Amino acid sequence: MNSAGSAFTNLSWVDLIFLGEAAIRTLQISIVSIFFGTVIGIILGWMLAAGNVFVRIAVSSILDVFRSVPLIIQLILFDSFVSIAGYPMPAFWSGTIVLSVYCAALVAMVARAGIEAVSPNLRRAARSLGMGYWQDLRYIVWPVGLRAVFPSWIGVALSVLKDSALVSAIGYLELMRASQILTTKTQESFKIMLLIGLFYFLMSYPISKAGEFVEKKWQS
Amino acid sequence: MIEVKQLHKKYGELHVLKGIDLSVKKGEVVCVIGASGSGKSTLLYCINGLETIQKGEVLIDGISVHDKNTDLNKLRQNVGMVFQQWNSFPHLTALENVALSPRVVKKMSKIEAQEIAKKQLIHVGLEDKLNVYPSALSGGQQQRLAIARALAMEPSYMLFDEVTSALDPELVGEVLDTLRLLAKDGMTMICVTHEMSFARDVADRVAYFHEGLMEEIGPPEQIFGDNPKSEKTKKFLANVK
Ligand SMILES: Nc1ncnc2c1ncn2[C@@H]1O[C@H](COP(=O)(O)OP(=O)(O)O)[C@@H](O)[C@H]1O
Ligand SMILES: [Mg+2]
Repeated sequence: MNSAGSAFTNLSWVDLIFLGEAAIRTLQISIVSIFFGTVIGIILGWMLAAGNVFVRIAVSSILDVFRSVPLIIQLILFDSFVSIAGYPMPAFWSGTIVLSVYCAALVAMVARAGIEAVSPNLRRAARSLGMGYWQDLRYIVWPVGLRAVFPSWIGVALSVLKDSALVSAIGYLELMRASQILTTKTQESFKIMLLIGLFYFLMSYPISKAGEFVEKKWQS
Repeated sequence: MIEVKQLHKKYGELHVLKGIDLSVKKGEVVCVIGASGSGKSTLLYCINGLETIQKGEVLIDGISVHDKNTDLNKLRQNVGMVFQQWNSFPHLTALENVALSPRVVKKMSKIEAQEIAKKQLIHVGLEDKLNVYPSALSGGQQQRLAIARALAMEPSYMLFDEVTSALDPELVGEVLDTLRLLAKDGMTMICVTHEMSFARDVADRVAYFHEGLMEEIGPPEQIFGDNPKSEKTKKFLANVK
């Protein structure tokens, strides 16, 4: 067997590349889901903060469902549902859709908190200068609210990255799934878990560091 | 000219303004005094359309503020307002605070807007703070920043709502001096204030508000003299002194 050193007796370089490629797929599905989830979540958060009673109740009940049903169940349900309905989709896309909605549900809470962190007096001052509703949102609420909740948003992004491991349950070949395949093949479950733990860490750490950096920049 | 006619304002069941009539001519300075809760701030909010009204009318240069066809954003460019809380935009420098609305509301170029902002900041004595964030300014400086920000829209009218009430006593003077300067330049202003000596100095007329009604209005000599027309005015002033 093509060995990668004594520590990984049963693991080859080919296996490591296999894991590396899977890690890239984890990043891909996470980034796409965080992107869509953030965009949708901000709109939902705005509806929660600014909508009338009916909008708020409707949106928050829907979000409650997505926040309380375990992600893995949502993934399997959605994936089977589209298959049964006759529109099977690649695991990447069904995974992305479910992860995006999950991310949106979390971001909506963060976005609402951000909007509510901007004092009504500040917004009145903006309006008194002739700014319209959208100008106030764009030039005052967005930057001021973002600074208030940016750390929470980073937290959401990190948890989506980690929870993307559950997409393995519907067969998408990301880091978690790759590790299961390798474990079956090599029987090196402990080493492989250590290795993918390291991979997740290497992906998360730069994000939280970048977050800290941006925060520091804003504080000065 | 600002004309307020038989203005009624309610917050739910609470009847805050009970039929106010007031007109302010170009170049005039009207100071509004009265106990807390008498509806002074509400009056200002109704004048620039930040609050809806239940009855009556507010006209600014003949344009009805609460008519649903009125473009409030356009109208507010002509009616500046400064609040008790200075409400500096925390994420922008002093210069950016002032330049923001000329740029986004009046669609000026960045350079044009910053020129105007600089001019206004010099006017209120903040020329050495252009690139400073509000968190590094004192309350008095932030309030002057708020005045410059409102003036940058080049309004014909200015509304001041107790702009010195939240300031430490030693900072009140610098802000009042800025207002005096504005009054001297001929700005049309309505100033809600607790600073009686300021009102006496700069006001053409002083209005005394009591429980949602304008109890008395007249020149400072009448209100602050020995015999204001209303007993309530007299009593209020006796308590303030
Ligand atoms: N947004 C609001 N909702 C309900 N009541 C309000 C609101 N704003 C002010 N009020 C009430 O209206 C009355 C007048 O308030 P205000 O105009 O702020 O008085 P002043 O400025 O003279 O102190 C007060 O009783 C106050 O509690
Ligand atoms: Mg008030």
